[in-house]
Amino acid sequence: MTTLIVIYSLLAVCLAWSLLKSRQKTKQSFKVAAKALWKMAPGLLAIVGVVGLILGVLPPETITKLVGEEAGFLATAIAAVLGAVTLIPALISFPLAASLLRSGATVTTIAAFITTLVMVGFVTAPMEIKALGRKFTLLRNGLSFVAALIIAGLMGVILG
Amino acid sequence: MNLIKKFKAPLLLVLVYLALAIWWPEISGRSTKVAFDYLREMVLIIPPVFVLMGLLEVWVPKEKIKKLIGAGSGLKGFFFSFLMGTLPTGPLYIAFPMAGTLLQKGAKVSNVVVFLGAWAAIKIPQLLVETEFLGLPFTALRFALTLTAVFVIGLILEKIIKPEDMPQLQD
Repeated sequence: MTTLIVIYSLLAVCLAWSLLKSRQKTKQSFKVAAKALWKMAPGLLAIVGVVGLILGVLPPETITKLVGEEAGFLATAIAAVLGAVTLIPALISFPLAASLLRSGATVTTIAAFITTLVMVGFVTAPMEIKALGRKFTLLRNGLSFVAALIIAGLMGVILG
Repeated sequence: MNLIKKFKAPLLLVLVYLALAIWWPEISGRSTKVAFDYLREMVLIIPPVFVLMGLLEVWVPKEKIKKLIGAGSGLKGFFFSFLMGTLPTGPLYIAFPMAGTLLQKGAKVSNVVVFLGAWAAIKIPQLLVETEFLGLPFTALRFALTLTAVFVIGLILEKIIKPEDMPQLQD
């Protein structure tokens, strides 16, 4: 909700300013926007579909079963991979992580899950490649995955 | 025909959903609900973000972006990219085309990585929710470590990525 208010307020201010300055350029902006949107539409729709499938097969309860009851490296590895392939909104992922902690998961496991969840995007990779190139996408996601494991390990040592 | 080719991935997914509805109605029920929730979010967020991108592309001159977050922008460029990323502006997949536009306008690769990293991992409203559920020590530590990681990854990519690796800089 906050997100929506911020985006639409920002848009209203920018649009008003743009219209005052030049109708022509405002029209051009809309054209650029429509072109970009059309280019991205298949990728965006595919993300919707894949996210639905993944969360349909792996609902939060199943994730809890996979990484909650078992400690150790395997649980952390599973959590990191789950975080990388799923795309869960923050508002759902944090309560999920809290419930994982309660059901016995370690801080390392939770940190791995949250960090790969936000930093590594398997489902969104095709879109990232289209916008930023294959090399950029592979390197950013690969390094982020490694970084997530290091971050998780450090957090386990410091907080555990 | 071209239209079918362009939308082949979403169309294929529709077929998968139909198959699920027939053979695994339980999974299909959950998946369809999640997909519709996501679709609703996208329909609300994506049009304004793309119009903002259009405005940025038309109004902000290349020199300005270059000066703010381009080569030689230094620490100021880093902080500016970071701040842009932390604004509450929606999911990561809409940041990619934006990052593409910034690169095209002369932003530095490392700053684009910082922008994407901050966007994904260090959003202000997200941090509030995280503190509420996982506590301040967890949130603060993850924030500090993630920021460091994003900074280092940015520097590494800056060294490795050449202009010819970027689809934006081809033409």
